[in-house]
Amino acid sequence: MAILSQLSRDEFSTRLSVDGLPLKVGPYIYRVRSKLPTVEEGIRALYNDFEIATDGDFIDYDIALQQKGLRQHIHRQLEFLFDGTTPFNLIPLGQAYAFLEWGMNWCVSIHANEYLKLHAAAVARNDSAIILPGVPGAGKSTLCAALGLSGWRVLSDEHALIEPASGHIVPLCRPVSLKNESIGVIKSFSRDACFGPVSEETHKGRVAHMKADLHSQSHQRQPLSTTALVFPRYSPDDPQGLNKRRRTDSFLLAAYHSFNYSLLGDTGFNVMKNLVDQVECFDLIYRDIDWAVDAMNTLVEGRHGA
Amino acid sequence: MSFLLTDALLNPQSVRTLDNTELNQLLSQARNARLLAALGLRLADSGVLESLPYAVSRHWTSGVVIHEKQRRDLHFECEKILEVLAPLGEKLVLLKGAAYILGNLPAGRGRLVTDIDIITPITSLVRVEAGLKQAGWSGSPMSDYDEHYYRKWGHEIPPLTNKARGTTLDVHHNILPPTSDAHVDASILWENLLEIRAGVYTLSHQDIVIHSATHLFHEGEFHHGLRDLWDLDRMLRDFPRHDDDFWHSLVSRAQSLGLNGSLYHALNYSGQVFNTPIPKEVFKSAETPSRRLRKPIMDFLFKRAFTPDPIQSRIPFRDLALFALYIRSHYLRMPLYLLLPHLIRKAWRKRIDTDHSGLRTGKETG
Repeated sequence: MAILSQLSRDEFSTRLSVDGLPLKVGPYIYRVRSKLPTVEEGIRALYNDFEIATDGDFIDYDIALQQKGLRQHIHRQLEFLFDGTTPFNLIPLGQAYAFLEWGMNWCVSIHANEYLKLHAAAVARNDSAIILPGVPGAGKSTLCAALGLSGWRVLSDEHALIEPASGHIVPLCRPVSLKNESIGVIKSFSRDACFGPVSEETHKGRVAHMKADLHSQSHQRQPLSTTALVFPRYSPDDPQGLNKRRRTDSFLLAAYHSFNYSLLGDTGFNVMKNLVDQVECFDLIYRDIDWAVDAMNTLVEGRHGA
Repeated sequence: MSFLLTDALLNPQSVRTLDNTELNQLLSQARNARLLAALGLRLADSGVLESLPYAVSRHWTSGVVIHEKQRRDLHFECEKILEVLAPLGEKLVLLKGAAYILGNLPAGRGRLVTDIDIITPITSLVRVEAGLKQAGWSGSPMSDYDEHYYRKWGHEIPPLTNKARGTTLDVHHNILPPTSDAHVDASILWENLLEIRAGVYTLSHQDIVIHSATHLFHEGEFHHGLRDLWDLDRMLRDFPRHDDDFWHSLVSRAQSLGLNGSLYHALNYSGQVFNTPIPKEVFKSAETPSRRLRKPIMDFLFKRAFTPDPIQSRIPFRDLALFALYIRSHYLRMPLYLLLPHLIRKAWRKRIDTDHSGLRTGKETG
């Protein structure tokens, strides 16, 4: 078993730029290929502790970011390749790293249907997982990053993968994507936060990714059982609170936040039903990130409502 | 002409001997050709899928999930369209993917669709369109030029989208534009409809093949070229088993529709790519001296069109061949005096649209 950090700088660059680097990420293997310095810098900073797959392993997602031809150089643009073809329009050079991470999300969003995929962050403490579904901008990634820096294990920032047979969540730990003010919030939350390249002026504004595999079990692959569904919402005006919510509308909201609930038909319904039946559901309204982390700690320590 | 994908489709057992690198190539060919679900079901039916490691097989099952969702949706949409057409006394006649899937044809096994295609007599078009619009289907905003183009030169009305469910419906009144060289008399299609369930029809087996061939070989873009050819292979293997007369009158039927050329290409390339067993005399009767003469150059062009990405992009003269086929399709669709102004206008619009378009819109949704 080889870890990325064990490669020499030269070997790392060569593999990334020529054949592609096969990274084990949760249940998948991504092969990432790029010659761009910003991609190299980002992978180095954020995936240093990830395992490298062995030659001859089956690759789930083959992706590359490349600048090809005079036109792309003049316009400072580049292309994203999936399976050797270009599913997207050209990307401004300054957004290269953010786009690589989005592209990696896209692979799972579009192609994986062996799990029920919730649009959610997921974290764990003491082997019990908590799923944090939310619309973009709800503050789930900020909370997820802060929890990751407070001893929690980050299971995912984007996809909560629920295994139909067991109803358990399958870890897919990747860097956490932070936008605009969240970047500053997390930097002042902890000095230990380690960031990749910053992409400016994306459609989501300023974007940076935080290294999220900080827990000793970050790269373990065993599925975990879920104990709670927490719907975070950042709000500067409303009173902060961790409030129980009804299972029925939590079901609907979580289904709404799913990538493939209706695609999976009966399976989607049954998996979601079993999940919601076995967990408690909460709204978490916060403006202060320290308070939110405390609230999550109380929840998992069983002190909530006591 | 053979590559991993065609070998696997025709002989699923061959997949057992592939190593991971080859399985990866097969997966990306299948995804790019939009044949992932079709191959997934072939592998499942032949017991091969369960013998593959889970990390490999799950990609094919994930593809099959999408097909199954589309099949459920098609049943539902079909019901809804029938609710509009039945009171009007109109038959619901399905075309293409919807017909293959709901007609339970082998070509519908694992078939993916992007929209629902139906055909209605031109004399009923106005009331059918009005009925559908009343039931929640509406046209998307389009420029006056595009709207005019559809109405005047098209064989279908501008696509209708269901406001509540987002599904797209293409209502045809013919299988080729009135401007095309073939001048198809669509009324004879109604002679031989097959009723697949109460009120729901497909074209006859022969007409399905001829329409599929016509659609493919008048098409200007070949993103789904291999998939469409696979449809034809499935049909040409299956239909003769149910219908002794299938081969006998296929060519003369195509002749009476004026679509013999497309049928000839279908027989030729289905045979070349998928080894479809086609009786020699049938092929001979579709061939003309001029078609025989042009065959080498057409083979050169279509070989490129029917090769799936990512290998396609590595064949020499690929862009040139695809461009030539694009021009050919427009030439078949309308005479030059209409075509040239239209292409110039399209190119100009495209330029303006690219300049103003936001980035990061996927060219194609899953």
